[in-house]
This record gives sequence, C-alpha cells and structure tokens, in this order.
Amino acid sequence: MNIVTRKFDTLVIGAGGAGLRAALQLSEANVKVAVVSKVFPTRSHTVAAQGGMNAALGNVTPDSWHWHMYDTVKGSDYLGDQDAIEYMCRAAPNTVIELEHYGVPFSRLENGRIYQRPFGGQSQNFGGDQAARTCAAADRTGHAMLHSLYQQNIRAKTHFFDEFFAIDLLKNDAGDILGAIIYDIETSEKIIIEAKTTLIATGGAGQLFRTNTNASINTGDGMAMALRAGLPLQDMEFFQFHPTGVAGKGMLITEGVRGEGGYLVNCDGERFMERYAPHAKDLASRDVVSRAIAIEIREGRGCGPNKDYVYLKLDHLGSDVIKKRLPGIRDTSMTFLGIDPIDEAIPVFPTAHYTMGGIPTNRFAQVVVPVANGEETMPGLYAAGECACASVHGANRLGGNSLLDIVVFGRAAGKHILKYLETNPYHKVLPEGVAESVLKRIERWDEKQEPDVESITVPQLKNELQQVMEENCGVFRTEEVLEEAVTTVKSIKEKLDKARISDYSTIFNTARIEAFELENLVDIGLATVISALARKESRGAHSRMDFENRDDVNWMKHSLYFLENNLLTYKPVRTKALTVETFPPKKRVY
Amino acid sequence: MRFKIYRFNPETDTAPYTKEYELSDIEPGTMLRDALLRIKNEQDESLSFRHSCGEGVCGSDGMNINGKNGLACVTAVETLKQPIIINPLPGMPVIRDLVIDMTQFYTQYRVAKPWLIVNDPVPEIEFTQTPEQRDKLDGLYECILCGCCSTSCPSFWWNPDKFMGPAALLQSWRFLSDSRDQATDERLEDLEGPYKLFRCHSIMNCVDVCPKQLNPTKAIGEIKKLMLKKML
Repeated sequence: MNIVTRKFDTLVIGAGGAGLRAALQLSEANVKVAVVSKVFPTRSHTVAAQGGMNAALGNVTPDSWHWHMYDTVKGSDYLGDQDAIEYMCRAAPNTVIELEHYGVPFSRLENGRIYQRPFGGQSQNFGGDQAARTCAAADRTGHAMLHSLYQQNIRAKTHFFDEFFAIDLLKNDAGDILGAIIYDIETSEKIIIEAKTTLIATGGAGQLFRTNTNASINTGDGMAMALRAGLPLQDMEFFQFHPTGVAGKGMLITEGVRGEGGYLVNCDGERFMERYAPHAKDLASRDVVSRAIAIEIREGRGCGPNKDYVYLKLDHLGSDVIKKRLPGIRDTSMTFLGIDPIDEAIPVFPTAHYTMGGIPTNRFAQVVVPVANGEETMPGLYAAGECACASVHGANRLGGNSLLDIVVFGRAAGKHILKYLETNPYHKVLPEGVAESVLKRIERWDEKQEPDVESITVPQLKNELQQVMEENCGVFRTEEVLEEAVTTVKSIKEKLDKARISDYSTIFNTARIEAFELENLVDIGLATVISALARKESRGAHSRMDFENRDDVNWMKHSLYFLENNLLTYKPVRTKALTVETFPPKKRVY
Repeated sequence: MRFKIYRFNPETDTAPYTKEYELSDIEPGTMLRDALLRIKNEQDESLSFRHSCGEGVCGSDGMNINGKNGLACVTAVETLKQPIIINPLPGMPVIRDLVIDMTQFYTQYRVAKPWLIVNDPVPEIEFTQTPEQRDKLDGLYECILCGCCSTSCPSFWWNPDKFMGPAALLQSWRFLSDSRDQATDERLEDLEGPYKLFRCHSIMNCVDVCPKQLNPTKAIGEIKKLMLKKML
C-alpha cells in the first residue's frame, strides 16, 4: 500500500501542556518538530485545569523547594521517586516564571507578584503550618497556560497536525521507536511520521470511569500505544478520585475552593474533615479527603434525599472572593446545578480524576524499560505529563502538581531531545512493511455486521467498561470485587473483537475514532484492575478494605504491567534523592 | 423531545438535508451535548459533531441552536423550543454534518499575533503587574476559540479572508491591554486599513452569542479609541 511518509526530527504526540512545552523548546532550537493532536491544541484537556500550579515562589508564605519536595513525597505515600521529585520541585519556580514571561495572565498580589493560594497537602517547614504554594490565574489556570503555550508555538512556527489521531508507534527489529502512523480524522488518510525522537504526551484515561471529571478525549491513547509496542505501564492501580466532583455529574470543582476557605459538611452540618485530619482538615491530601467522604456516606451521614453526597460550603467566603478567585466554578455550578455558590453549598462526591500511573520514565522524561539487572532507557523515546510515570506522584498526586509536572517534564524532554539529536543526527531505517499490521487494525473497523450474529456496539461496550471500573475499582477495593473486575474487563476485551460500527465513511468518521479510543481504554482498564488486584496493601489512592495498612516491607515498589500474557513485574522505588537526604517512609497523618 | 438536525456527508450526499430524531425520557438538567450523544449512541452512529470537555472550556461543540450560535454542552435542552433545530455554525465550509472547517477562523487568530511581545531584557523573576493592570485582562483572556462569535458576524461572512472577526480582534485587544506587552505601535499599525478591524459595524451578534459572556464589540471599540488617541 502506498502511504505518505513525512520526516521530522521529533514527533510529539499530544498538544496539551507537556507536548506544547516540549515543542516550544524544540522549535525555538530550530528542530523540525511535528505536533500531532486529535483535537485542535487549545481543546486539549489541560484547558480544564482550574486551581493552579505549585512552585515554591514564597510570594505569600515563606517557602522552599525542599518543603515542596517533602510534601510531594509524603503525598505520594512514599511511592514517588525522590530524585524525580527533587528535580521537579527545584525546577518549579523557574518554570512558572518562564510561563509568566510567555504571557500567562496569572492573578496578582498587591505588590505585583504572582498570586498563590493554599492547596491540599502543602506545608511549611516539613509538615508545619499550611503553605500557599499554588500559582493561579483565577480558577482558569490550565486554560491560561494552554492558550499561552499554543500562542508561543505559533510564534515559533511549530508544525501542527491538527485533528490527526495517532494510531500506533512504529519500531524496527531492535525495538527502537521510529515514529508513528497517524490518521487524518477529516479524510481517513494514513500518514507515516518518521522521527528520530518521539515524545508521547497524550494525557490520562479518566474515561475509564462512568462519572469522571475528564473530557471525552481522555482515553489514554499514548499509554495504550506504548502497551501495544511491548512497553510496560507503571503503577496503574493508582487512580485519583477528586474529592469534589459535582455529585452525579462529575464536573470538577477545584480544590482551590477549599484553598480559599471553603469546607465540606455532612448531613448534620458537621465539618467532618476535622475528625479525619485534625491539622490540615479540608486541605489534607486528596486520597484522604475522598476516603473521608466515602466513609461519611457509607455510615449514613450523606446529604440529600438519598444521602449520597456531601456539601462543599463556600457561601461564607463572600461574593467578592468568589467572583474574583473562583468565577469558573461559579459558572459551572450555576450552569449544571442551578446553584449560585455565593448563596448555596455545592453537592459533591469523589470523582475519577487523574491517572497516577503511566509510561515509566526517568527524570529526563526518557522512557525506561526493565532489563535483566535494572532498567535501561529507550533511545529516542520520551513520555511526559499524565501519560507518563516519572514517578513524581507515586500513589497519590498533590493538587497543583499536575500542571507543574506537565511543564517541568515537557521542558525536560525538550532539553534531552536536543542533546540526543546532537549525537544521533540521522533517521534510523524504517523496515519495509512496518505499517502493515497497524493498517489491518484500522481496516478491521470496515468489516460489516453479519446478519445472524448478535450485534455488539462500541458505546455498549464502553458503557460496560465504565460501569465495572466505577463499581469495582473505585475509592475502596477488595479482592472479591477486583477479581470480578478482571473477569469482566477480559470479557469486554473479547467482545470488542466482535464489535462493529455502522458508519464506514472516510469523512470525519467519529464512530471509527471512538472505536480506536475504546480499544485503547480496554487495555488500560485491564492494566488497572490487574495491577490493583495484585497489590495487597493500602497505599495512597489504592485502598484495599481487605489489606487496610501500608506494607513497606513487601510493597514499597512500583508495578509494571505488560500486555503480553498480562504479565506483572515490579521495580524498586528510587528513594535516593539528587542532593538531599532521603525522606524515609513515615506514618502519614494530616 | 424532537430534534431537526442538519446532515451532510459530501461522500454520499448531493445536498444537505434535515433529519428528524426523537428522544424520550429526558432527564432534568440534560444538556444538548448529552442529547446529541444519546442520538448518536442509540439511534444514528453516523451523526458527526465535535465535543470534548462537556463543561464549556474546550470550545469544541459550537453549533447553531434554534437559530443562535452556542455551545451544546452548556445549553440545557429544557430551555429550547421544540423541535430543536440544529445547524452547523454558519458561514464556514461544512466538512460533515455539524463539523465545520475552521481554517479561516484560525488563520485570522494568527493574524492577531496573539502572543506577548517584550523587547526589554527579561528579568529572573516574573514581570510585575498590579492587580488593577491584571484586571484589564478579565473578560479578554477567557476566550475558548469556539468560533460562535465570528460565525455569527455578517462582516466575517462576507470577508473571512480580510476581516479578522470578533474572536481574533478580542485577542488583539487582550495583548494591547496587557501592561507587560511592548508592541502597541506595531499591533495598531497591523490593524490599519479598511478591512482587518474596520469592517466591524457594531452589529453586536458576537456579544449576543458568546458562551463566556465576553464582549468583542467593546474590545473593538477600545482598539479604535486607542488608534484615534495615537493619531492625535
């Protein structure tokens, strides 16, 4: 088959914060970079991030990167890699300053410096008073960042492939990744992008769960591509449930609401977080707050006619603070609930939000894979942002650390790619026929439904998947429900082979795109439930009712899931920091 | 609940047509995007439209709803008169069904040079900006590039290649208003001539339809005022 090939120095898959930050670095260095995105870049899900980005600027409270590091390690429930965390926290202030110079309209303090608000899990002096570390543009920080990064990229003349869906990575016999096959959504044309270096920056997989805070595009495409290329996914059992999604609907209500002084109440009007986290209260880590809400509801103290949510109260903040600092969530609340938070509390429930796991990388955003005695880097292959696992979030991410993660590691990837290209100036040879199996996978969706066979549709299966993930792999888990989840997801995967679509058009065929997305989601779902079933302890966001405690002797290690035979292996946590002493595991109290 | 939806697939259709759909058991609070997804998932997989975040921040699902441009994901179906008539955003080439080709719109966005231009040496800390200076960006930076405004503007319909349109001009004013930006003269010079800026006749459709309640007409007026001030 004749298929157009385009050659670039670097292929960036995904145009959210991580992809755009890396692309900017590269375009400015005159590297030929192709950014491939299934949506127009400013529609990437970074746009929906609200509360802000952590950096120890110390504009509001005294602060240091070292305290930020301590909080992040503790927040990760000691599963984060401390070298990567030190790198991120040290890089944070400069990274924010760069963004400001790019034009991000941060909110301001009286002295003209960047406004910072308190967020969960932040402390001064290694567990002391609450810190205010989250740099914010009102409650639209992700939007402000993404648009500024896109704008800088058009200034730098980055080459974009907008509305192209990346199908699969291409590799040679040695296993080197040499680019990808991409699919033009508008015309169905397939194109090979040959690249010396490839960065996967495709975001998370929140669509695994029925109720989630994520966009419909968050289907973990890059993670699934990595799996199909034989790479592992790390720590997939750790999925973050955000404490304050709009109950029953899922829209995100930023942690910034609690940062600005809002708090949660149960049906007795009790500020119940005081019982669970006497010191940090409503600004404990997200896993802690989500569990507390789930327990309140389970024990019958939920609000509403079915006692199935709690209230987030912020009417005491006054209309000025709400209009100035939280205008976006006020809009959301009025649009979807008909509630003006200036007068009334918002019903909330822990909602699927963030994929802590992902493609394993080191602190340079290089993808790493296990070998006989340790691990090695994949030459020329990088991953950054939510699809990657550096691992800076470990078992639980702190609010405000994801916007930080994407720009710090997008930038790190850009820097390392420049270095790599210096010593690897030529494209490696793409083997003949390398695209065949991928093209087959695409064409498979042109098969027609046979008349006598029971029809299975893509939306049906997606529903089933989201349902089982939500019911069996939520805030609290047990052996029994996870075993059931593994069986169900496996059967969904089998049924997917028999699923058919009814739209065979080559023009903007969204049914076919959704089929590709479901293929990706199912593999990631399997990675998640299999990793979760195996981990017999409770750590961070992974709470096993049958193994209630953290078990540092047996389980202070990263999971690695491989698609082939559903193999699970493990690797040690990198506890050694770059320059400072290790923070050893301690009991985690807030 | 009844829907009349514009359909066109250039591969198979010689001309656009309207297709009717009906949904029952509409839950309270259902947004138009939810309804369209139900139609797609339950009745007609071939219906094509863009959508993503579902909460009005990504700007993907702009469409013409009962004659007015808006975002499907933040439009409650209960508020709409039936049958609900859905068309693609007007004035742009249709790719398929409700999916339009936005190239012209994005090209004009680039014409605005929507990035901060600073000529001074860059400090090691942030450029400082007072809260009052920062307030000037409110109502400007929130644009989500959904295209509802520009595709409701008759001046943009007639001259999409020459008139920048409300969305792009809002960006022009966003950077002209930024105390950190140092390219005021260059930006104003770029906007001279009869088309780029001056094709705006203050019809104000843009203001009427903006799902983020922004006011491009006012921004355009401010640019004109600043130009005048510079000339005097």
